[in-house]
Amino acid sequence: MPPILELRGITKRFPGVLANDHIDLTLNQGEIHALLGENGAGKSTLMNVLYGLYHPDEGEILVRGNPIRMTGPRDAIAQGIGMVHQHFMLIPVFTVTENVMLGDESITNGVVLDRKKVAREIRELSTKYGLEVNPDLYIKDLSVGVQQRVEIIKLLYRKADILILDEPTAVLTPQEADDLFQVLRNLKARGNSIIFITHKLREVLELADRITVLRLGKVVGSADPQSATSAELARMMVGRSVILSVDKEPAQPKAVTLAVQDLVVRDERQNIAVNGVSFQVHAGEVLGIAGVQGNGQTELAQALTGLRKVESGQVTILGEDTTHANPRKISELRVAHVPEDRQADGLVLNFPVEDNLVLNEYYRPPFAKGIVMNFDAIQTAAEERVREFDVRTPSIFVNAGNLSGGNQQKVIVAREFSRDIALLIASQPTRGLDVGSIEYIHKRIIEKRDAGVAVLLVSNELDEIMSLSDRVAVMFKGEIIDTVNAAETTKEALGLLMAGVHEPGASPQPQTPNAQAETLDEIA
Amino acid sequence: MAEAAATANPKNSSAPAPNSFNLRRLLDAITIPALSILTAFLLSGFVIAFTSPEVLALLPQFWQHPVELLTTMLKTVLTAYAALLQGAFGDWGAILQGFQVWLTTGNSTELLRALRDPFESLVAATPYIYTGLAVAVGFKGGLFNIGVEGQLFAGAIASAWVGFNIEGLPWFLHLPLALIAGILAGAVWAGIAGVLKATRGVNEVINTIMLNYIMFLFTDWLLSDGGPMRGNAGAPRTPEIYPSAYLPRVLPDPVRFHWGFFLAIGAVFFVYWLLWKTTVGFEIRTVGASPTAAKYAGIAVGKVFVLAMGLSGGLAGLAGANELLGLNHYMVAAFSPGYGFDAIALALLGKSNPFGVLAAALLFGALRNGATRMQSLATVPVDIISVMQALIIAFIAAPEIVRWLYRLKRPAQHEQEVFARGWGA
Repeated sequence: MPPILELRGITKRFPGVLANDHIDLTLNQGEIHALLGENGAGKSTLMNVLYGLYHPDEGEILVRGNPIRMTGPRDAIAQGIGMVHQHFMLIPVFTVTENVMLGDESITNGVVLDRKKVAREIRELSTKYGLEVNPDLYIKDLSVGVQQRVEIIKLLYRKADILILDEPTAVLTPQEADDLFQVLRNLKARGNSIIFITHKLREVLELADRITVLRLGKVVGSADPQSATSAELARMMVGRSVILSVDKEPAQPKAVTLAVQDLVVRDERQNIAVNGVSFQVHAGEVLGIAGVQGNGQTELAQALTGLRKVESGQVTILGEDTTHANPRKISELRVAHVPEDRQADGLVLNFPVEDNLVLNEYYRPPFAKGIVMNFDAIQTAAEERVREFDVRTPSIFVNAGNLSGGNQQKVIVAREFSRDIALLIASQPTRGLDVGSIEYIHKRIIEKRDAGVAVLLVSNELDEIMSLSDRVAVMFKGEIIDTVNAAETTKEALGLLMAGVHEPGASPQPQTPNAQAETLDEIA
Repeated sequence: MAEAAATANPKNSSAPAPNSFNLRRLLDAITIPALSILTAFLLSGFVIAFTSPEVLALLPQFWQHPVELLTTMLKTVLTAYAALLQGAFGDWGAILQGFQVWLTTGNSTELLRALRDPFESLVAATPYIYTGLAVAVGFKGGLFNIGVEGQLFAGAIASAWVGFNIEGLPWFLHLPLALIAGILAGAVWAGIAGVLKATRGVNEVINTIMLNYIMFLFTDWLLSDGGPMRGNAGAPRTPEIYPSAYLPRVLPDPVRFHWGFFLAIGAVFFVYWLLWKTTVGFEIRTVGASPTAAKYAGIAVGKVFVLAMGLSGGLAGLAGANELLGLNHYMVAAFSPGYGFDAIALALLGKSNPFGVLAAALLFGALRNGATRMQSLATVPVDIISVMQALIIAFIAAPEIVRWLYRLKRPAQHEQEVFARGWGA
């Protein structure tokens, strides 16, 4: 039996770049084939070729043994190929049903949309594959994980049996990712074939039947998930040995830099998101805040940096009360903030890299004198920061939005770490980044710690928390359920705490009904 | 498959420094506006032709005399556009002749009459410059100020009040005072919408529209019979301002060209400097491009909303003061022919860049002024200019149409200008 999909010698050139260089790839029916590579390795280009969005300069595509010429996504769909993009193509103010039927409407009496029929089909697909979705809800009311299910249902509704998922877990919480993996296994069991694009090693080893590694537009090898190790895959992907764990000396904690007392913060919906949290971070240590997304970590970081109003409690930074201080005041106390949402908060995407590199210092000497800005000084500093932090950009005048995610994050890190800082608050500092960038940013964070900076690290990645933190505080339903010494704990123990299971014998934690409802919604 | 590479979108196109002059960037920036104007002229030509009585009379005989019909159409359009150009840029033969007369006899009457038309284009462009800048500043801050017309009225009323109430001041005090009154009135009127947005999150689009109505009706009341600013004349208007508050003319009658034009040029440079060279401008542009990132960067977003709105309104108020102190010298009910609304089109045409706005305003001024001559010489209604302006804006707003018409490639670096973040988006 021929493979269900075969790519032979696919080559795609862009001016100055060989994005795909004679790539061969086969996908057998009923398998999950992982395509592994760093950002910029050519994974997305290859998939866009396969999806008919780009025409290859050389090579051919065979579906079920027949050569196919694709001119657009419609051809791909007609061949049973469907793609879930990293950024969803959904209309927030439409219902699930309406989004699913968009472009492939079911119509009765010539003009009337038959929403009921489509909704029924969605329900059938939901039960068949374990994709729990209520077809009558609006997209804007759904969590990211559920929105992704809608994207998958869209493809199944169009009878696609070859599914391509582009970095599907980048936007998901660990729980949502686990749910997705279960869905993908169900799909596989029913004979669907899946290409899974990622740069996360653990996912590949957990899920894939076969692994192909891309680097700089070429296939550099394939691996069997049964026998391959993370270290081997990382080496293939990056082209050199990668230190997956961070080398660090024991912390030398000094005076208290950040002190939080009985902090209460509400979220957008006015529910209590942070419920009476108290902790301290000392100079020269990393305190990790672990927890499943949606347990108040986001709101905590926002409140500490002045982006969110504090309901009650007290925040003290370097002895100064900053409970109700604005972001400027806090930043001037030598606090750096790597925000969770780098594209919305951390960068102005339509501004050049140079402006983004001074985004919170533009008004101070040497970048401004009075109200007049000094662009020579800004350019000099920008060039220096780009060089020092290895930001890969054609020039400092390119808009930040044109950089890859990893380089966008490096711009933020360069900006925040170039200042003289006493406290670093880093939220999800490596989310969605490739192995090389993660390694780099981790190294920098530990450097700052060793230089006597107090670091508060908020992350959903347990690996990241484990490798960087000196102490770990686990948040659950808006509260710190326990604080443990990183050297004396295990991933399993932290995992239990994240799920709200405290060690036996301890008194049950008081629960806030609001926060609980939200968390359950996330998990469901 | 080699033929299929046209869709490629290079990722690593290097951008030149924004400060250095770069011809290609300039060309890229003006290609679409220039082609939009050209296309609008071509299409308006059809409108002119098919509304002309001669052409309409010949239309039923199209099959018998196709050539005659086409030549008549062409003649009609060319006559109209020739009149438009002459009206806009003047009759250079007459100007040269006037020069000769002036040099030989010392009589400047003929020269000044010939110079009236080209200078009148600048006079017409002046309020467009101010109001275009007003809208552009709002756009840069992510605000859609539709209330420029009302703010213009506010500015005119305030400068009229200062103009006719204060007597005996020397011009170098009275004129600046009247101008400042106009700026402040416009700024305060727009600032209301800014404050409401900053403190209550009220959409500035709705607010400025409502503030327009309030200001129009307020003006009507001020000028109504027995109203507080009603002059002695039988018409609904204020008293005349004292000559010490006049924006002085540059040339004698009948050339109405006054110093307000140079003030407007100054405003263009000021706005450019403020937006791109100062921290204030950086804050306005940051809030416009990303309010969330602005907040993160420690910028007081609410204050910037009020400031940007005030600045926009100040420029609009200056437009009102300019018209009142430079031309009318008293306030009337229907004071402006819609400068504040045309300004939205201008800011779009000028891509919210001060110098782009200046160029667009000069164009609109020339068209407006030339249209008067076109009406008298070629009996084409002035309203055709509105059609032309509308077409220009339609093409500017839909650059894909222009690119398709002229088979242009998409720009390599996809750059989307952020205008305003209206409607709660």
